[in-house]
Amino acid sequence: MEIIERANEEAIRRMLAGDPVLVDVIPAEEAIPTLGDRMILHAGPPIDWARMCGPMRGAVAGIACFEAWAPNLNVAAEMAASGTFTLHPNHHFDAVGPMTGLTTRGQPVMVVENRAFGNRAYCTINEGLGKVMRFGGNDAEVLDRLCWLRDDFGPAMGAALREMGGIPLKNLVARGLTMGDEMHQRNVACSGLTLRQLAPALARAIQDRDALARCLAFIGGNDQFFLNIAMAMGKAIMDPVRDIEGSSVVTAMARNGTDFGIRVSGTGDTWFTAPVEMPEGLYFPGFSEVDANPDMGDSTIVETVGLGGFAMGAAPAVAGFVGAGLASEAGNFTRTMAEITLAENPEWSIPALDYLGVPTGIDIRLVIETGLAPTINTGIAHKEPGIGQVGAGVVRAPLACFRDALRAFAQTLGVS
Amino acid sequence: MSGVVINEVRRGFYLDSVALMRLSRVIAERAGVEEAALMMGTPTNKRIMADAGLLVVAGQAAEGGDLVIGIRADSQARANEVLQEALSELDKPAGHGGAAPQWRPRSTRAALKQVPDSNLALISVPGDFAAAEARKALRRGLHVMMFSDNVSLAAEVALKHEARALGRLVMGPDCGTAIINGVPLAFANAVPRGPIGLIGASGTGLQEVSCLIAQGGGGISHAIGVGGRDLKEEVGGITTLMALDALDADPGTKHIVLISKPPAAGVAARILERIGASAKSFTICFIGASDLALPVNARLADTLKAAAEDALGGVGLGTGFDPAARTGRPTPERDAVWGLFTGGTLCAEAQVIFRAAGQSVGSNAPVPGALPLDRAATGHRLIDLGADEFTHGRPHPMIDPSVRDDVLVEALASSRVGVILLDVVIGFGAHADPAGHLAHVLTAHRRPDDVRVIASVTGTDGDPQGRTAQAAKLEAAGVMVAPSNADAATLALACLGCFPVRDPTSRSA
Repeated sequence: MEIIERANEEAIRRMLAGDPVLVDVIPAEEAIPTLGDRMILHAGPPIDWARMCGPMRGAVAGIACFEAWAPNLNVAAEMAASGTFTLHPNHHFDAVGPMTGLTTRGQPVMVVENRAFGNRAYCTINEGLGKVMRFGGNDAEVLDRLCWLRDDFGPAMGAALREMGGIPLKNLVARGLTMGDEMHQRNVACSGLTLRQLAPALARAIQDRDALARCLAFIGGNDQFFLNIAMAMGKAIMDPVRDIEGSSVVTAMARNGTDFGIRVSGTGDTWFTAPVEMPEGLYFPGFSEVDANPDMGDSTIVETVGLGGFAMGAAPAVAGFVGAGLASEAGNFTRTMAEITLAENPEWSIPALDYLGVPTGIDIRLVIETGLAPTINTGIAHKEPGIGQVGAGVVRAPLACFRDALRAFAQTLGVS
Repeated sequence: MSGVVINEVRRGFYLDSVALMRLSRVIAERAGVEEAALMMGTPTNKRIMADAGLLVVAGQAAEGGDLVIGIRADSQARANEVLQEALSELDKPAGHGGAAPQWRPRSTRAALKQVPDSNLALISVPGDFAAAEARKALRRGLHVMMFSDNVSLAAEVALKHEARALGRLVMGPDCGTAIINGVPLAFANAVPRGPIGLIGASGTGLQEVSCLIAQGGGGISHAIGVGGRDLKEEVGGITTLMALDALDADPGTKHIVLISKPPAAGVAARILERIGASAKSFTICFIGASDLALPVNARLADTLKAAAEDALGGVGLGTGFDPAARTGRPTPERDAVWGLFTGGTLCAEAQVIFRAAGQSVGSNAPVPGALPLDRAATGHRLIDLGADEFTHGRPHPMIDPSVRDDVLVEALASSRVGVILLDVVIGFGAHADPAGHLAHVLTAHRRPDDVRVIASVTGTDGDPQGRTAQAAKLEAAGVMVAPSNADAATLALACLGCFPVRDPTSRSA
């Protein structure tokens, strides 16, 4: 027991000491030198084509066309089925990606550096709302946007960040929490705050006024622009917490649309997986539960650091997705998540909860003891490839992966 | 997409997207509506509406700060009706959804974060989980009251050893009653505070004695429950001894009353030795025990009433109550008393009084000298309805008084029963109106004129049910109400022309 307490104290210390700064945007192949030809990183724990859900297959086909590995979507799908592409989780390459979360060498990635520990984490740029690759969209419009992000927006944003010396994120997120963001479904405030800081440097980096206007409009028109930054931040904060012997703190939660997986500090790089669950939520007109794909994406890294569903009290409207939907009940979600976490983050607090710090450091022992699975705020993708987002909602992490993790964790300590 | 589509745009009207999605779902579920959406008129949203067949010319003109309502219904008239409904929903003043439920912690750990200075956990989970929860509480530095039953003896022994090492008290398992610093826990009554400390292995014993002390003008410092098995050899009286230490050291406690069934001999010796080492005075009420060699600072009481009187310094309780004056004898063939008790120790006390009067008595929970029911020679039957055979799979009769109904009706129908003896236990945790329930059953069934129904009410007027009010309901139903359980048992015997050989309700010192 004492070993665990000490290890978990160290885990919490590292989490709270994290100093994430958004420093750059660079091509993925530069960020991740081992990211080679015909290699695709995806969200969640490891999965092969045969078990991939519809939207992730759609995204794989689309990204293969984007990278010019396939002439069209049909050929791309055949190539994928025959094993032409090497598939790996983002998490194995210091990266994360929302929903389908595909990362390939030609895409630009945002770089978040944890200055307290020197590690870096990567995430692609959020494509915006509507039909997008992260929700399985793969038509010409989707691919054109990806090309623009690669050729124009990414390099410009990278130049702006380098000129600024980066944007420190801890303080930005703290302000976002006071303005109604929980950093998973709500990123309106942080996206705006980011734009405010980035705009002057972007104006200096982009000579052409129309090109500049398009970049500014792209950020300004995307309420979820900050999500991918928050995800890279989460990954950058959690990676130094990995591999602490005896620590029962969750270092990653991720879904690939088929399996939900978690990693725990004291059990190293092992994924503990269980079938993903279906979110409870609300749908865009024309869609319903029957269209929904189960839970997907690496975005649960934000819950892992105490945001998203754990910070629901900061974004009361999000409580409207479930049950009676009373906004006044949102704080109860946050307080309940404190049942399964070891600490409260004094730097990320929620005014409406009398400045309660967000619940930080999920302990698998507490999850099993209380039977309370982490609450996750999420978007909902259509289950068929190529259609995109159809709704949003709230989902629970499956308890089974925590149970399996706890068994394995006990074995590492010689308890069975 | 066959229906009629209409759009309405409200300029400059903003509402949160989740709120709009909820409202959209409500409107879309109206009869005659094929699809409906309320969205802010951003390009992305307008495209979603267009894809869903919900956007016509009016809506296309909307801008990002405008709210667009799109409805596709089976007729123009229906679409317009539902549109009006949507508009009135938008204009309805919000904030009338009722308050969100107050958050309640799920675990001891979270509860402690909310109330960091708490020092006691009351555990009332199914027995299989109770020991684990108790251990967690102990390790967080809390004293524990275990209301839970069905905890194994081995688990109790282990817990109490661990608690003793930590300097923490484990009250229970199966501890129904405690009053700590004036705070009633589980089944307990509103009694004034005062210099008398109680320690009891029995919940109803603690309730009866504390209420009688209150009746006599006294008050309680603390009432500590120890659980029904604490004085068994295996447990060794760990909690009782710790409670004795605590009350001995408590400056607010001048006199201590110990209430239990007769303990194991070895345990009794250790308890009495500890009592002998104290400078305080003691009343010992080991219901059904006799021939105890007591230290000089302790006196033995045969009944709960006698214990209360002794603790009050010899005040006589219920002195205005004269059993002999209130008897009206049943016909001679009705020579049996049936006592139907919700409180186990009240049942035991009545048995002691019957035995002292030389009466043979049968019980499902016999005290020394009483017989098991199947071997009872005469017709007196004193039944503990809180025993497992009555409560398996249903609440305790103090919570659900209907447990007593069947056997009460049986007693009313019997040609041998001359007196029905009852207890009514009120207070926190008990049924809201047990006397009312009893009165209802009694008036709903025919009762022969010569059958007497006698009861007492364990409680105070400070209790939610009110002792006086409960007694009045019983009297209105033709029940003779005695001032204590002991007096009720004595009256039952008097009704049969039988008076105690010695008065068991007086002090034995």
